[in-house]
Amino acid sequence: MDHPFAITLDPNTSRDNLTGAWRTKRPIYGSHLPPCNHACPAGHDIQRWLYWAEEGNYQKAWEVMMENNPLPAIHGRICYHPCEDSCNRGQLDQTVSIHAVERFLGDLANREGWTVPCRPNTGQKVMVVGSGPSGLSCAYHLRRMGHHVTVYEAMPRLGGMLRYGIPAYRLPRDVLDTEIDRLAKMGIELRVNEKVDSVQEMLEWNQFQAVFLAIGAHKSKHVNIPAREAGKIFDAIGFLRDAADAPEAAQAKVGRRVAVYGGGNTAMDAARTALRLGAEETVIIYRRDQAKMPAHISELNEALEEGVRVQWLSTIKEMGEDDIEIELMELDDKGFPQPTGKFEKVKADTLILALGQDSESEFLKGVPGVKIAKDGVVEIDANMMTGFKGLFAGGDMVPSNRTAAIAVGHGKKAARCIDAFLHGKVYEPKPKKPIATFERLNTWYYTDAPKSVQPVLNQLRRLENFDETTGGLDESNALYEARRCLSCGNCLSCDNCYGVCPDNAIEKLGPGKFEIKLDYCKGCGICVTECPCGCMDMVREPE
Amino acid sequence: MTEHVKFYQTGTFTVGNRLLDEARRTVQSLMTRANSLNSGHRACQGCGEALGARYAVDTAVRETGGKMAIVNATGCLEVFSTPYPQSSWQVPWLHSLFGNAPAVASGMAAAAKVMGKDIRIIAQGGDGATVDIGFGCLSGMFERNDDVLYICYDNEAYMNTGVQRSGSTPARATTATTPGVGEQPGNKFGIGKNVPRIAMAHGIPYVATASVADLRDLERKVTRAMSFSGARYLHVHVPCPLGWGSDPAETLKVARLAVESGLFPLFEAEYGKVVGRRKIRRRVPVDDYLKMQKRFAHLFGAKGDPAAVARIQGIADANISEYQLDDIEAVKLLNI
Repeated sequence: MDHPFAITLDPNTSRDNLTGAWRTKRPIYGSHLPPCNHACPAGHDIQRWLYWAEEGNYQKAWEVMMENNPLPAIHGRICYHPCEDSCNRGQLDQTVSIHAVERFLGDLANREGWTVPCRPNTGQKVMVVGSGPSGLSCAYHLRRMGHHVTVYEAMPRLGGMLRYGIPAYRLPRDVLDTEIDRLAKMGIELRVNEKVDSVQEMLEWNQFQAVFLAIGAHKSKHVNIPAREAGKIFDAIGFLRDAADAPEAAQAKVGRRVAVYGGGNTAMDAARTALRLGAEETVIIYRRDQAKMPAHISELNEALEEGVRVQWLSTIKEMGEDDIEIELMELDDKGFPQPTGKFEKVKADTLILALGQDSESEFLKGVPGVKIAKDGVVEIDANMMTGFKGLFAGGDMVPSNRTAAIAVGHGKKAARCIDAFLHGKVYEPKPKKPIATFERLNTWYYTDAPKSVQPVLNQLRRLENFDETTGGLDESNALYEARRCLSCGNCLSCDNCYGVCPDNAIEKLGPGKFEIKLDYCKGCGICVTECPCGCMDMVREPE
Repeated sequence: MTEHVKFYQTGTFTVGNRLLDEARRTVQSLMTRANSLNSGHRACQGCGEALGARYAVDTAVRETGGKMAIVNATGCLEVFSTPYPQSSWQVPWLHSLFGNAPAVASGMAAAAKVMGKDIRIIAQGGDGATVDIGFGCLSGMFERNDDVLYICYDNEAYMNTGVQRSGSTPARATTATTPGVGEQPGNKFGIGKNVPRIAMAHGIPYVATASVADLRDLERKVTRAMSFSGARYLHVHVPCPLGWGSDPAETLKVARLAVESGLFPLFEAEYGKVVGRRKIRRRVPVDDYLKMQKRFAHLFGAKGDPAAVARIQGIADANISEYQLDDIEAVKLLNI
């Protein structure tokens, strides 16, 4: 080619030199499972909805949330957030306040009246027994898949434990009602005051093509406590139910000094409710210590903040007119409480029993194939089905750790299993991606940012009423909190890989879309090292 | 959506950020970046100089609308980017001799002026070409205040010819001509030049140090430099995985630690006075930086030399105090 004087090279001719031949390893883009998603019993794709929230696209973020959990405004308040316990940011500064963003988005959706679409009607009918979180979740997912769903609820109002177990100061009634209302508007048939006694016939007569049982565990366990007089002893479940539906009846039961026997979340709620209904003092009596207590630590802390006392390592021997005789226990070397023979008296005129709950599943006793354990819990297989074909179960009535999030997760999984069953197939879950651990991140790139704090009602204001004790974040705090997410294992469109390649071997196709130019990539690995979220890996060059 | 919050997840630490508007992202994040040094060049895997050159020149192309020309001294950059008959450059580019890039650039700047053409001239070379053999021409260019931006890519040795020591090689680094044998293996303490300070002594309009580890800072300094006319000098720290004995995948990490330990201070000066510095974000002891490189491996381990490491730490401390790179609090925490 004719060049001008002293020019010997043409620009950009190095493109002929395919340096990709130098490689022994190559980078690949992938998607790893963020630990928050992995920990969530409802399978929330937290990183993905935070991604949209970060941009201010709250509606899209809410729609992604609704793919997994139909009750975000509720869970943002009551869930114990195992997601946050495994959030990688906790190893950097403080975990992301995922539940606070979930609550903000749920509340916003409720204010704005956002909805989700359902697939066209399939003509299949499914019966759901119980309108607690498990039943509602299952009904929701089935309805979105296009099936017709009828929910039967024995109580006068819907919600199960959400209404009758969790007090209003943790979950305001209007939030609960609005979220349930959305489900009704989707076309789910919701029937109250209808206790179900037989399900076998429903299936055999093809009234319904499948049944999901989610009756929960509402029967209080009992312990025989001799009472010198007819002192006031009653169970916590009934007490909380009255507090929800018939507050005067609940108030009438509460004396001046209330003792609660038990160490679970129900005991905490019973104690705090008693304080609001007129008790001057409340003490929780529990036979083991704090390490063994089943209640979530946050519930214990909130109870302690409100002035609830706890009498650890004690069992109740008998109840007098205005006191309770307790026996002190001590832990043996295996960690079991053993009686010491030492007794004390605790001043109390009311005793609330919160010793655990059984499931009222006697009505299933005759159904062939259904196995029921001693406390009423029903056995299910890996596809959430009992031994009777077409009869599924989930929530507190099956073996589980009994939280609302687990219940919602059961509902979603059961819906998928039922959907497969209705099509004559068996549900096969997709294989899970490897987890995005903290070591995969390059944390240099994340801006320093402490966690947002939610406003909390002070002591005096709390005990006077059932107002919500913890407030939510406003938009600017919620947006900030969402942006604290490290986006573990999933590309956050930071352009680092595109920018740090010395060979210009990564093509940017659009925001967040990149392609390795294998003709030129030398396999140096800088892109993988400098990816903040760890969504890239170096793999061996194929033979 | 009202935008009260001024928090952007990765802020300005990453190359781009979808939460920032495009004007606040780097040149490198744009799909329309010039890619002045394109694919197919023969640089080693993970070459810091290739990266530094593309970063600096792409920014210059944006600033000048492409109306610029490069004079390149002999060295790694020149050799790997233009093996006859190929060239990776997409901008006008001239290969000078090893030692006269500043002089050739001065001539080109003069020619552009005579021809009445608004073409800005950038001269670039490695530390060998700049600090040693080209030093006389460089000083002349500074002294005449010719309208040239000189960019030195400092990988701290003559890498192209096999890792020989230059005036920029740091203390106790092993090179081919300062081998790791004898009582004090590697390069001696107390020798070498600080060319950014020498440039400042000439009183030229703009002098700055930069690193490939901080892209945004580098781009800002090139932009600032192009806003001046007259002699300007940019000294960019670029790791060489081969010559330093570091992992190619960790090139940016090692560059970052050079800055965060204080061994390579990032500052800028105008007319001989320091006017700005990039403070250290997360301070580290020099050990973290030195341990990543085989050229310093003899300082550690059973036959190590803690006294030498302490002396190198002293150099870092002196830089931090001289350029005020650090918070008092962070110094206390590290107890250095």
